[in-house]
Amino acid sequence: MTDLIPQLNLLLPEIFIAIMAMFILLVGLFIDDKNKHISYGLSQFTLLCAGLITASIGFSQPQFAFNDMFIFDSLALFLKMMSYITLSIVFIYSKKYLFDKNLLNGEYFSLSFFALLGVMLMISSKNLLLMYMGLELLSLSLYALIALNRDDKKSNEAAIKYFVLGALASGLLLYGMSMLYGFSGSLDLYTIGNVIQTQNINSEILVFGLVFIVVGIAFKLGAVPFQMWVPDVYEGSVTPITMMISTIPKFAAVAMLIRFLFQGLESLIVDWQQMLLIMAILSMVIGNITAIAQKKIKRMLAYSTISHIGFVLLGFYVGTISGVQASIFYLSTYIIMTLAVFGLVILLSSSTKSIELIDDLKGLSQTHPWEAFLMMIVMFSLAGIPPTIGFYAKFSILQVVVDKEVVWPAIVAVISALIGMYYYLRIIRYMYFEKPTKKINIKTHFPMLSILTINAGGLLVLGIFPKTLMSISALAVGGSL
Amino acid sequence: MDYSSAVFYFFSFILLFSAIKVITARNPIFSALFLVLSFFSAAGLWLLLQAEFLAIALVLVYVGAVMVLFLFVIMMIDINVEVMKKGFWNYFPAIAFVSIVMLTEIILVLNQPFFKAPALFEAPKKSNTDAIGEVLYSDYVLPFEVAAIILLVAIIAAISLTLRGKKMHKGIDPALQIGVQKSDRIKMIEMKSEKVKIKKRTKRK
Repeated sequence: MTDLIPQLNLLLPEIFIAIMAMFILLVGLFIDDKNKHISYGLSQFTLLCAGLITASIGFSQPQFAFNDMFIFDSLALFLKMMSYITLSIVFIYSKKYLFDKNLLNGEYFSLSFFALLGVMLMISSKNLLLMYMGLELLSLSLYALIALNRDDKKSNEAAIKYFVLGALASGLLLYGMSMLYGFSGSLDLYTIGNVIQTQNINSEILVFGLVFIVVGIAFKLGAVPFQMWVPDVYEGSVTPITMMISTIPKFAAVAMLIRFLFQGLESLIVDWQQMLLIMAILSMVIGNITAIAQKKIKRMLAYSTISHIGFVLLGFYVGTISGVQASIFYLSTYIIMTLAVFGLVILLSSSTKSIELIDDLKGLSQTHPWEAFLMMIVMFSLAGIPPTIGFYAKFSILQVVVDKEVVWPAIVAVISALIGMYYYLRIIRYMYFEKPTKKINIKTHFPMLSILTINAGGLLVLGIFPKTLMSISALAVGGSL
Repeated sequence: MDYSSAVFYFFSFILLFSAIKVITARNPIFSALFLVLSFFSAAGLWLLLQAEFLAIALVLVYVGAVMVLFLFVIMMIDINVEVMKKGFWNYFPAIAFVSIVMLTEIILVLNQPFFKAPALFEAPKKSNTDAIGEVLYSDYVLPFEVAAIILLVAIIAAISLTLRGKKMHKGIDPALQIGVQKSDRIKMIEMKSEKVKIKKRTKRK
């Protein structure tokens, strides 16, 4: 251990989040039900401060701390900033809905922050042990968040399912890690990478460990064939929690994938490329086809998530820096779109009646024209129709795949995206060309609607000027790989 | 066969036997007790590897605390194992097929010469507890702290999922009791005294 203080400086955002998570929990115990907005305000303040602290570290070169377990580079900076913004928007959208359901308590905020802490540790870890610790912190907080709505049978079922399958995936990941540790004698990813390159180790054993690690990552991402939990958990959780599950953990899983496959095991590229390719193709095809058959909005969005993850994996499959850049760009786009679509679903669900079926959206344009318009933009973006950002995201992935001169995955991707358009556009048809079957009564919550308008409008604006987000994500990846 | 390998085979035989009994025993309490036995023999194996701290911790923590708690839980909730095991034989062919395929795959990989190399075993120069404590608070201090936070999350989750608030207890707040005013409890009503005739009351009936 050399100087402790500069190392602690690097960890300042994590330390701050941890302290504030405990503080908000304690504050939540002392305020009564009417003053819940105090915890809410504190949470937003925490995220703002964490953002400022992280930005103040800045980045020049990758910096290390705690025996090189902890790494802070441009990728970590970008992903952490994105996580703060995402969580902040999740809080904004969830506030009223959770307040009406009497779920907006200190535990919700505190557990969310602990989940965020897990994500941040995973983003910044260069060490197998720290990576696993972060993963468990994230998963445990998420299980508890799902089960927080404890009087609802479906939430409990979702929590148990997620818990059992998550524990299994953690076990598989640990088994893979133990294999890596077994032959390299080190927990450090860079050292493992060096050992693989310098010593001639039987590749079969390496692949044996690699398989388990890829399985663990794929489970967290929810890629086919490890997607079984996704629809059930999405459907069972309260919508704001679903929104959280579908956004923040993806940052962590993608960071884990980059750290493992690109920074540690990059010499095994031939082996993991095949695995990623199979998972990407299956996720896109199965996700999009199964989504057509869904009647419930949240299940449909779950399968749509699976197909988007397929696209992200396709970018990683290429294995070049430009491939990773395209994937990170796609991920950022996916997060913005997911926030918008779940925000709209929350907005349309009141405390008594929640919108569950796609049929409930029929004729929305007559009763709520502005909400329907926003939904239309989001659906266009999810389907990947220009001039929305969703188009450029898909386009950049296809571009790197074609650049690799392997055309058939690109063709499969295009076909599955075309299949996917059916169910996205069906929602627009329902909203604009069908008569309303169910009366949707919502009291417009103005602050939320304005943020949603910015969010959905952002999809359009970013679609017209995609260069900004593209170059930021390219910069983030370029600085660390 | 020297002494240490004899001890190894002795403990590992008991370990395997009790592990199998854990999943085959019909009575869940027997399962739990066999689990205790398997922990115990695993601790013996660790002692053989000169990892005395791990062995003692296993016995103290798992056997002494966790399994006792487990036994309490099992005795408190009445599990009908027969119902849970229903339909096992219907799934058996599929289970057997998957397990055999996985087993052969793993054996094929593990048969590599890599895994057959003799373990480089170095006896620690100081006591195990010392060595673990030293790295735990220096090299691995960050994961150690994260582990503490994970435990905190577990506590928060367990309490928030099970605590049902103040409805559960019928205790009285002493401060409220002392602070009671006369006007809170007694209401003075002015009313005229009435004469009630018994006959009228019987008529009403």
